[in-house]
Amino acid sequence: MKTIKLTTPINREDFKKMEKGDLVLITGEIYTARDTAHKIITCDGNVPFDLNDKIIYYAGPAPAPPGRPIGSIGPTTSSRMDVYTERMLQLGVAIKIGKGPRSPETEKVFKDNNAIYLSALGGAGALLATKVKKAELVAFPHLGPEAIYRLEVEDFPAIVVVDTTPSC
Amino acid sequence: MRKINRQQLIDEIAKLCIKANRELPDHQIELLKKARENEETELHRELLGQVLENAELARNTELPICQDCGMAVVILKVGRECFLDFDIDQVINVGVAKGYTEGYLRASMLFSPLDRRNTENNTKAIIHTELVAGDKVEVIVCPKGGGSENASRVKMLTPADGRQGIVDFVVDAVKNKGASACPPLTLGVGIGGTIEHVARLAKFALLEEKPSDEFADLEAEITEKCNQLGIGVGGFGGKSTVLATHVLSHSCHIATLPVAVNIQCHAARHARGII
Repeated sequence: MKTIKLTTPINREDFKKMEKGDLVLITGEIYTARDTAHKIITCDGNVPFDLNDKIIYYAGPAPAPPGRPIGSIGPTTSSRMDVYTERMLQLGVAIKIGKGPRSPETEKVFKDNNAIYLSALGGAGALLATKVKKAELVAFPHLGPEAIYRLEVEDFPAIVVVDTTPSC
Repeated sequence: MRKINRQQLIDEIAKLCIKANRELPDHQIELLKKARENEETELHRELLGQVLENAELARNTELPICQDCGMAVVILKVGRECFLDFDIDQVINVGVAKGYTEGYLRASMLFSPLDRRNTENNTKAIIHTELVAGDKVEVIVCPKGGGSENASRVKMLTPADGRQGIVDFVVDAVKNKGASACPPLTLGVGIGGTIEHVARLAKFALLEEKPSDEFADLEAEITEKCNQLGIGVGGFGGKSTVLATHVLSHSCHIATLPVAVNIQCHAARHARGII
C-alpha cells in the first residue's frame, strides 16, 4: 500500500500508478450524487453539468452547522449505483467514490472505461467533513440531501478498490 | 396518576435525537477501543483510530457522527400510573422534527416509499410503545442508518434447520452485505415469535450490552464465525467484522423457527431519558 496525492483536473495517466489498496488523498473538486440524481442523469437524460473527467462521490451530506461549509459527509453504499455506472462512465466520469464492494460486472465496466473506484471510510462523516473547504449547490435542490453539490476538498482520503489493471 | 406534559415530551425527544447523533455511547467506544488493540496491522489500527476520532469530533462539535442521521426509532416505555391526554405518535413526530431541524441532522425520510419525496424533517418516526410499572416515561431514541438496515434480513426457518440453521443464516447475511454496512458491526438477532415479532426482537437486541443468559454460546459462535470472514473495519480487511452479537427470543409455534438479524453499523447510536 502506498499513498498517492491526486489533484484535479484529473489526468488519467496517473491511474497507471494506482493499485488496489493504495490510499489516495484528493485535493480539488468533487461532486456529490446519490441514487435519485443518478436516476435523473442516466434514465431521464438530464445531465446538469459537464461530467467529463469529473469525480463523483456517493454522498448525501447533513446540513451545515453554523461556521462550517457542510455537515457530516461520509460515503453511502456504492453497489446501489451499479445499475447506473456504465452510463455515468460513458458520460465521462473518471473516478467514483463510495463505500463497499462493486459487482464483478461493474468492476469490468470501470476497467473498460479507464476509470477507477475508490472507497472512503463509511461512518466517518464528521471526520470527512473537515476535509471539505467549500460547498455549493449545483443541481436538483428539490432532492434535499440527495441534491448535487460541488465540493472543494483538501487531502480527502479514499482507498483504491478497482484500479485500471485489465481483468484477465 | 401522574400527568405527563405534552411539551415536556416533545422537548425530551428533540434533545435525545440530537444527543444520540452526536454522542456515541461509552459502551460502544470501549468495544471499538478493544477492537483497535486486537488488530494486527497498522492500516486496521489506523482505520479504527479514525472511527474513534470521528466519534470524538462529533461529541465536541455540531457535526453528527454520521451524515446518515438515521430513521428515528423511538421506544417509549410508559409507566402504568402515567396519564397522557394527547396523541402520542403525533407528539413524538413533533419532537423528532424539532430535534432533526434544530440539530443540523440530515432528513432521510420520505412521504411514501414509491414517490420518494423527502418530508424534510425526518418524520415519520418508527415508534414502539410499551406499558411498564411505575409513574415515569422512559424514552429511548435509536437512530438507524439505511445502509445497515438494507443488510438486515428475516427468514422463516423450519424446525429441522435448528441452531445450525440460525448460525448459517446470520453469518451468510454478514458475508453478503456486511462490507457495505459500515463494519465493525453489532448484530441483533431475534429468534421465535411471528414474522413481525422476530424482527422487533432483533431490533431490541441491539440495545443489549451483556451476553444473554440463555444464548451466550450462540452469540459467541456467531461473532467468532463472522470475524473469520476477513471483512473488517470499513470492509478493508482485518479481524474486526463484528464487535458483538445479542440474541433475544420468544416462544414460537410447533411448525416454525423464525429468525431475524438486524445489522447495526459501528455508529451504534442511542440516547435515553426519563420523564
